Amino acid sequence: MKFGILVNEGPYQHQASDSAYQFTRAALTAGHEVFRIFFYHDGVNNGTRLTVPPQDDRNVVDRWSELAQEHSLDLVLCVAAAQRRGLLDADEAKRHKKDADNIAPGFRISGLGQLIEAAIQSDRLVTFGD
Amino acid sequence: MSLLHTINKSPFERNALQSCLRLAEDGHAVLLIEDAVVAALDGTEHAETIKNATGRLSVYVLGPDLDARGLPKDRIIDGIEVVDYDRFVALTCEHDSVQSWL
Repeated sequence: MKFGILVNEGPYQHQASDSAYQFTRAALTAGHEVFRIFFYHDGVNNGTRLTVPPQDDRNVVDRWSELAQEHSLDLVLCVAAAQRRGLLDADEAKRHKKDADNIAPGFRISGLGQLIEAAIQSDRLVTFGD
Repeated sequence: MSLLHTINKSPFERNALQSCLRLAEDGHAVLLIEDAVVAALDGTEHAETIKNATGRLSVYVLGPDLDARGLPKDRIIDGIEVVDYDRFVALTCEHDSVQSWL
């Protein structure tokens, strides 16, 4: 079965990001396909490579990046939500004349159409948020 | 059309569970996750509402989220099934669509 995952909440906020990660891992382990994980609203904060959580805590951002690399996942941050919250890739940083970008490996920034496409292409869209 | 409803808020905090139970149709499934797992415990003021729902709806609770909160599985309302993430995934496959009550 093909899954689309929507994450509407940032890391270390409540539990949605953790639940989405655990669900995604379980789905992949069961042999399902994850078509795309779309990060919307505060969920875009899952994609900043500048987080430095305490060493004895889970690193939510790295965890997503590693899972993406391992399973060739498509992790997409909503561009409008990302810009509001200071999440930039190299192109966006250049376009807005910012001095740095901060997107984590495995993530990309794109539009809301990617969420709609994920909903259409996937057999199930599962939403995690607050 | 069979729906899986997921609830992630305690009924003591928000009314998502109450709204869900009011609107869910016979045969639908309800999965309690995150803070909503407290709703699966017997002896709370919401227990009767859940008990009334277990007859017409399949009600599940996510075990890892019970464990994370130190909530004992022997206090779960009869008729509610404790599931893990693998079963969570399976439940989404068994139903036509997933409705997350955020």
